[in-house]
Amino acid sequence: MKIIVCIKQVPDTTDIKWTENNTIQREGVESIINPFDVYAIEEALKLKKVLTDVEITVITMGPLQAEKMLRQAIALGCDKGVLITDKKFAGADTYATGKTIAAAIKSKFSDFDLIICGQFAIDGDTAQTGPSIASQLGIPQITFVKELKDCDGGHICAVREIEDGLETLKVELPALICVLKGIQETTRAKINGYIKGKNAEIEVYSMEDIGLTPEETGIKGSPTFVSRAFRPEHNRGKCEMCRDISLLKEKITEFGGLNIE
Amino acid sequence: MSNILLYAEVTKDKYLHTVLFELAYKARELSEKLNNADVSALLICKTGLADEFKEAFINSGFDYVYIAEDDRLANYSTELYSKIAVDVINEIKPEIILIGATTQGRDLAPRISSSLHTGLTADCTGLDINERGQLAATRPTFGGKLMATILCKTNPQMATVRPKVFKPAPKNIVKDTKFIYIKPDIDNIDTKVKFVEFVKGLNTAINELDSAEIIVAGGKGMKNEAGFELLKNFAESIGACVAASRGAVEMGLAPSDIQIGQTGKTVTPKLYIACGISGAIQHIVGMQDSDKIIAINTDEKAPIFDVCDYGFIGDVFEVLPKLTNLYKTK
Repeated sequence: MKIIVCIKQVPDTTDIKWTENNTIQREGVESIINPFDVYAIEEALKLKKVLTDVEITVITMGPLQAEKMLRQAIALGCDKGVLITDKKFAGADTYATGKTIAAAIKSKFSDFDLIICGQFAIDGDTAQTGPSIASQLGIPQITFVKELKDCDGGHICAVREIEDGLETLKVELPALICVLKGIQETTRAKINGYIKGKNAEIEVYSMEDIGLTPEETGIKGSPTFVSRAFRPEHNRGKCEMCRDISLLKEKITEFGGLNIE
Repeated sequence: MSNILLYAEVTKDKYLHTVLFELAYKARELSEKLNNADVSALLICKTGLADEFKEAFINSGFDYVYIAEDDRLANYSTELYSKIAVDVINEIKPEIILIGATTQGRDLAPRISSSLHTGLTADCTGLDINERGQLAATRPTFGGKLMATILCKTNPQMATVRPKVFKPAPKNIVKDTKFIYIKPDIDNIDTKVKFVEFVKGLNTAINELDSAEIIVAGGKGMKNEAGFELLKNFAESIGACVAASRGAVEMGLAPSDIQIGQTGKTVTPKLYIACGISGAIQHIVGMQDSDKIIAINTDEKAPIFDVCDYGFIGDVFEVLPKLTNLYKTK
């Protein structure tokens, strides 16, 4: 069974700081594998444990530095790393990103059985790229998945965590699954994994390699664009500060409308 | 004639999801800036169900409601629902489509926008019409540290909006709503996804947080499980619901279903008490519309103090047990 895991390199958003000019400081901000994509890798590794003949290919679209992440994924137990990179991809929205990744999969890995993506990326947080890839490949999708089970090679069951409860669906492969933080065990790379990752041959493809044109990719191929970016403002009045617990209690009682005799 | 189309989601309990009424009121506001464009809804459901919702549509200012009923549509299906939605959109050609950013909406919307080769802006917190008559959709990005206003070059311009971000109309907006039944063209669809089962109610925390009057939320500053116990005890002493920041969830202190913020829930209680939460905007977008906000934090420079009404500088490990005692002894 051939599994493709799509991953994204993201800035560690817990670490983002503002510059004096009200722009986001990008220098010195650590890049990490999007945490939800790590869950996707872990789901793939779980399937590899229980099924025979599983090959996991990790794909990312990004700058050359993203290669480091692919090596990390191989160190964790994935088999192959694929980097789709081109200056023309810059500024892609979720539609153009989905189209680019779908084009790479169609042209180079069309014999896949299952694609696993993280449900969200912590930087953009759109949750749209996974469904966009599925739509452009014309395959079914299951999103908000907490658990994958009962895979027989031709079908897989997915438990979705939705507002009112847990929904289980069964899908005929090939299909695309978007995963939440589920019940995966955290995989840690072992020493021979690191060596494998370090020595792995990363496949690199450009826009032409996957058969796209400049009009279809990057900012040109994106229906949406950012017209304005600004720092969030809050219109709440100035915060009153105190250090007296009984005053704090009074405020909690007042604001909360607590009826205390 | 321009047209704003809203997706009317039916919940598992067979109600209209309330986000529709929030979107409807916002769509009316947008419509005024578009020469009173029609506001329409698309309802996809099992046969006969639409009748139960007609009054709600009439009272919410809809000009048209497009209804696709079929017994094969009793459960949400990405494949069938997106096919029907795309067919209807191709027929009525709306300029703007708004969808609630529920799990269903977030599953459906990108599937529709990709099929139509158009743009979709996720989780908007602001919607407006710009001077050129385009939908200007504002959303938090970079973990909420930056707000971006996004335009779409193609029609329909699509956006999703989380529940509780906009307010429903304060009173009924009664319209002479026209109901248009559409025969769903789904006979030739070989669905690859089959429904197996649905187990209700395991996420009760989510629903409790929706209706909670007071929420006590803990962040990384709660440090460990013992810290989170202090938080729970305090919450109990004032009858509040417990929530958490992403930091606390990632530390394993709280389950992800009570996470507040951009990748979690949006809440609007009467009082929100943030304990040991520094106030990453990622978190703030999920609670900033609470009526009152109180924060307790050791760091007087913590950004949470920029968005609260009342701030207490102190260690939650000291403050919470004292508060709990004060409430319990009374």
